[in-house]
Amino acid sequence: MARVVLTGNLAKLADGEAELDLDVSSVRQLLRVLGDRHPRLKPHLEKGLAVAINGTIYQEAWLEAIPPDGEVFLMPQIGGG
Amino acid sequence: MAPMDGGGHDLKWVGKRPVRPDGVDKVTGRARFGADYNMAGQLVGRVLRSPHAHAVIKSIDTSAAEKVPGVKAVITRDDIPDQPPEPVTVGEMSVNFSDLIRNVLAREKVLYDGHAVAAVAATSAKAAREALKLIKVDYQPLPHVLDVEEAMRPDAPVLHDNLFTEGADPPADKPSNIAKRIEFTLGDVAVGFEQAEVVLERSYKTEPVHQGYIEPHACVASVTEDGQGELWCSTQGHFVVRAICARMIGMDISALRVTASEIGGGFGGKTVVYLEPLALALSKKAGHPVKMVMTRSEVFRATGPTSGATIRVKIGATKDGRITAGEAEMAYLAGAFPGSPVNPGCMCAFAPYDLENVWVVGYDVVSNRPKVAAYRAPGAPISEYAVESLIDEVADEIGMDPIDFRLKNAAKQGTHAAYGPKFGPIGMIDTLKAIKESEHYNTPLGPNQGRGVGSGFWFNIGGETCVSLNISEDGTATLMAGTPDIGGSRATLSQMAAEELGIDYDKVRPIIGDTSSLGYTFLTGGSRVTFSSGMATVQAAQEVIKELCARAAKIWDIPAEAVTWEDGEARPAGDNAGKFDPLSLEELAASAGKTGGPITGYASINAQGAGPGFGTHLVDVEVDKETGRVTVLRYTVAQDAGKAIHPSYVEGQYQGGAVQGIGWALNEEYIYGDDGLMQNPGFLDYRMPVASDVPMVDTVIVEVPNPNHPYGVRGVGETPIVPPLGAIANAVSHAVGVRMHELPMSPPKVLEAVGGAANGAGD
Repeated sequence: MARVVLTGNLAKLADGEAELDLDVSSVRQLLRVLGDRHPRLKPHLEKGLAVAINGTIYQEAWLEAIPPDGEVFLMPQIGGG
Repeated sequence: MAPMDGGGHDLKWVGKRPVRPDGVDKVTGRARFGADYNMAGQLVGRVLRSPHAHAVIKSIDTSAAEKVPGVKAVITRDDIPDQPPEPVTVGEMSVNFSDLIRNVLAREKVLYDGHAVAAVAATSAKAAREALKLIKVDYQPLPHVLDVEEAMRPDAPVLHDNLFTEGADPPADKPSNIAKRIEFTLGDVAVGFEQAEVVLERSYKTEPVHQGYIEPHACVASVTEDGQGELWCSTQGHFVVRAICARMIGMDISALRVTASEIGGGFGGKTVVYLEPLALALSKKAGHPVKMVMTRSEVFRATGPTSGATIRVKIGATKDGRITAGEAEMAYLAGAFPGSPVNPGCMCAFAPYDLENVWVVGYDVVSNRPKVAAYRAPGAPISEYAVESLIDEVADEIGMDPIDFRLKNAAKQGTHAAYGPKFGPIGMIDTLKAIKESEHYNTPLGPNQGRGVGSGFWFNIGGETCVSLNISEDGTATLMAGTPDIGGSRATLSQMAAEELGIDYDKVRPIIGDTSSLGYTFLTGGSRVTFSSGMATVQAAQEVIKELCARAAKIWDIPAEAVTWEDGEARPAGDNAGKFDPLSLEELAASAGKTGGPITGYASINAQGAGPGFGTHLVDVEVDKETGRVTVLRYTVAQDAGKAIHPSYVEGQYQGGAVQGIGWALNEEYIYGDDGLMQNPGFLDYRMPVASDVPMVDTVIVEVPNPNHPYGVRGVGETPIVPPLGAIANAVSHAVGVRMHELPMSPPKVLEAVGGAANGAGD
């Protein structure tokens, strides 16, 4: 099971469930499972987020693999100047 | 892949300082910037701008303007179709087209001095100016609000009737100027503050500052009768411009070809559109190409600065120097539409440190100012200025050297960042040690002088990126990237291509491709180009090498796996492969037509795994206590680059960030009158640093390789502007003996602080 942490305002939209253990193997699957579990999160998941998997930040990377014991953080998307 | 740091291989081009390929054009004036493009039969485009800070547009009458001889088109809000307010994904960006359309051309209201209201295309500048004077706009002026704290008050003039605070708890039941509330939590700050032996809390304020690029916005657009469009413009991301403009004008994306000109600075401010959709709409209506160039006044009044903000910070620490809790509450000005960089501001605030307990809250606040745009490390300099100022004060309070205090709390590999995930290999501690060991840090100061230290963090990003590499018949290579070259990327990409191919740097000719020549490529921003386009360049080169080996194998009649590429030539992989004379790139390129056709490589990637950047700055200042002038005497930057592909350009980024930070900290601010109109829209009155204001900025390049890049590259373009504000504030405070909590620390404010200190009012 991957340990998934929702940061920022995402936890509020998940009814305060900031940390979850989920059986997911890719970012796409993670987003789908989270959206099904917390429908209020769905539009924010579709809007674009950054996903950190074991410390490495991925953006717009649906197919990125999540290892079984991975530590995953969902964060606001990061831009720059 | 090539070795990350030369381990096992001598790097011939990576890490060296070759002459930049665009250098001759730049110094001889041949380089073509935005305003240098012209098309046959082009018209002159001009914009009518709001003379009010906030007003309802009751009506716009363009009939008289349209009758001016030479006027070919006039456009207003009626010429660009409205779109719903829901965010739309454009490439890697989420864009609210309802807001964007209203910023490009006002609809129901004007929301700031300089807001575009109408545009004209005419055969001459004189006719266009005359037409602008004849456009009759009936305004109903409204009360305005400029200050962030005033904008948040319940009785403030509300800019948008449909703006309800996102993230408010309980949900907002009436509109306000607070667009969003965000919150980040790590651990429990209440517990952390209980563990503290020293707790300090201060409030800080910063002013909006402009990116200050030398080249104003400029473009020329042509839309033909069959709906095909061409656009040349000064931009950090022509693919993004294409996607946004196509949607706004109602074109297929592929029907619009956008070419990025040479760019005279962007710093984030050219990641958005202002003139481009207007020029396209005017051209579509007039049936002629239209050229538009902003004046400096227009740049100041109508294009994005970065936010001003108020920030409250509270830090608790033990007397032996361990930070037990950090708390911050910050409100960022977004300008006329939501979208300040408060989110990254919150995430970066405590990121340089290894803390167990953090609580950060941020507010995105609209006001009657131009909509903010990105500015290097958007949001981070503001929040980190406040935190670095208080870090310094806590160090003073417990009697600890400011670098030792930071070293005791510095983030390192394995640290959970205050915003969540664990850091991989990072160089925060290395930058602190480099500064501590510097000759600068160990040089005594004179009277009225002060020394300040500040550290900083920025994420850096990757993203969608395409690169092509075409081998010519003579064995030279054309490298085409989709990221406009702002900081010397044509050189760094060529270095990586030359290193991979094993050919001379001079044999690689780099160009920036237009939007029809490559696949979608995200913009030059987020310190991503050397990382992302570099990664794509290496992959394209690897594809070329694979093909070169395959051609050699065909010539030698051996399997492709039995051929290796070394020092720019194909060789048999070992004795078992057979004995053949090596085939050089020139030889293989010359025979390419006979062995299967031209040799090319193409990489289309979404680069991931950007390495975060950390830096520490050291600055000495001298304060004239009679005039309040602050002179920057000496400045040293240490920053982790991962791997400096071209050290001169890395140093240039460090120096440029420091200089922009000096302006932000000491002088730059927008001056508005009581009428809400900007009073200093020019470089004479908006005081940016000039050469005589700054010393030579010394640099130390720290290299902790990013394991996710073939050469270990981290982005370096943004982190350098994060530490200066705090470092300079700390230096000034030490020089005058009193803490200052507002930027800019301009002479009147310094005089006031000095006077206050003399009267015993210092804290």
